[in-house]
Amino acid sequence: MADTFTLHLKVWRQAGPDQDGKLVDYTVDNVNEHMSFLEMLDVLNEQIVAEGREEPIEFDYDCREGICGSCDLVINGRAHGPKAMTCTCQLHMRNYSDGDTIVIEPFRAKGFPVIKDLVVDRSAFDRIIEAGGYVSVRTGAAPDANSIPIEKSVADTAFDYATCIGCGACVAACPNSSASLFTGAKLAHLNRLPQGEPERKRRTVAMVEQMEKEGFGDCSNYAECEAVCPKGISISAIAEMRRNYMKAAFAGEEL
Amino acid sequence: MASFLKALKSQVGRKLLTGITGLGLIIFIIFHLLGNLQLFGDAQAFNEYTYTLESLGWILYILEAGLVVAFLLHAYLGISIWLKRRRSRPNGYEKYQSKGGPSHQTWASRSMIFTGTVLLIFLVTHISTFKFGATETIMLNGHEARDLKTLVINTFQNPLYAFGYTAVMVLLGFHLGHGFWSAFTSLSMKHTQYSALIYSVGIVFAILMAVGFLFIPLYIYFAGPDAALISY
Repeated sequence: MADTFTLHLKVWRQAGPDQDGKLVDYTVDNVNEHMSFLEMLDVLNEQIVAEGREEPIEFDYDCREGICGSCDLVINGRAHGPKAMTCTCQLHMRNYSDGDTIVIEPFRAKGFPVIKDLVVDRSAFDRIIEAGGYVSVRTGAAPDANSIPIEKSVADTAFDYATCIGCGACVAACPNSSASLFTGAKLAHLNRLPQGEPERKRRTVAMVEQMEKEGFGDCSNYAECEAVCPKGISISAIAEMRRNYMKAAFAGEEL
Repeated sequence: MASFLKALKSQVGRKLLTGITGLGLIIFIIFHLLGNLQLFGDAQAFNEYTYTLESLGWILYILEAGLVVAFLLHAYLGISIWLKRRRSRPNGYEKYQSKGGPSHQTWASRSMIFTGTVLLIFLVTHISTFKFGATETIMLNGHEARDLKTLVINTFQNPLYAFGYTAVMVLLGFHLGHGFWSAFTSLSMKHTQYSALIYSVGIVFAILMAVGFLFIPLYIYFAGPDAALISY
């Protein structure tokens, strides 16, 4: 029988995008140490529904196995909670103990407006991808494996950046609400592969411009984004983005 | 060219300019400290040094103009980034803390706007005290020169100046503690292999600069006007 314990939560409740929100106190009994953070919230929601006094808490999730980038809570002031390289869904209650108080807030940024409670609109990231986060090629039938030779180290680095799941924790944790790590990771992934090379300049300029249009702040090299990134993506991606952007501007790429 | 100028106004360009001006100012303060250390040289070494600088004529004016531009641009960019930061997160967190690990979020990096503003205000008093301060005229190797050394020594007999300068130089150390590393990163010189080294070098450099600059007013204050080192 696993240990069960009691937690005190302060959860951000906001009825809609234009309403004022506030932290509301809840107590959850019978928290099991093997529960994930989201399962603990499920238990709380069942409690709220059973009491029938208010609507359950809205929060985002999908895969609950750390690969989709949907879960997005700021837990006690840290995006995705206290553990490095962990999504909220992969954070387990064994990291907490009886009687702890946990503050739960949504990702906060102008580019991520709150929809309801803990759910924010992250479509700004979709628009950054639409601006250039793709490779324009004639698709046709699947090409033969290894028909385009790519050095192993290049493929590995591209893969490291491709692990970005677009959760937006980088923006949430950045003191300036910058989206540079997300945009930089997507660019570093696509720009270094031969398939992405022909569109490198255009892509870099378009995605950086879109990032700015969405109202995200400047990067001041705090590297807090790297600390909260569930995939541990390095801010080297940001340096690479800057280099490619200025090179493209030097080359006279249309801005 | 138009697109390049536009790029300089982008987020990437603004940080690039902040980094370039920051590195320019870093080079300036290295020479400034080396110059200040002439106070500890021969009796007239400091006055000879300042005389040489002032007799550079138009070259000095160009260097000074460059410094003014670098300072103002650096300050303008820093303030605009800080203002943008407030617009980018209109509703702040009830609770916020750093996750540590690879994060470089420290008091130094969070307080760039504070340390920078103090340094900017300090600069105004500093220039009016010394560059435009009243000095005696002395004869130095057959030509007239300003006795800046005596002005420096007299100024730092005042505890307000001696300890005020010391406090500001501690803040300069913090500003450089984040600024040095950040400038290289803004200039895209970020590589997993070298960035830890650049960060450490930056911290050592910041400490060296702060200690080097604050040692002078403190030494003069405690040594008094009659100390052997500073008597003629």
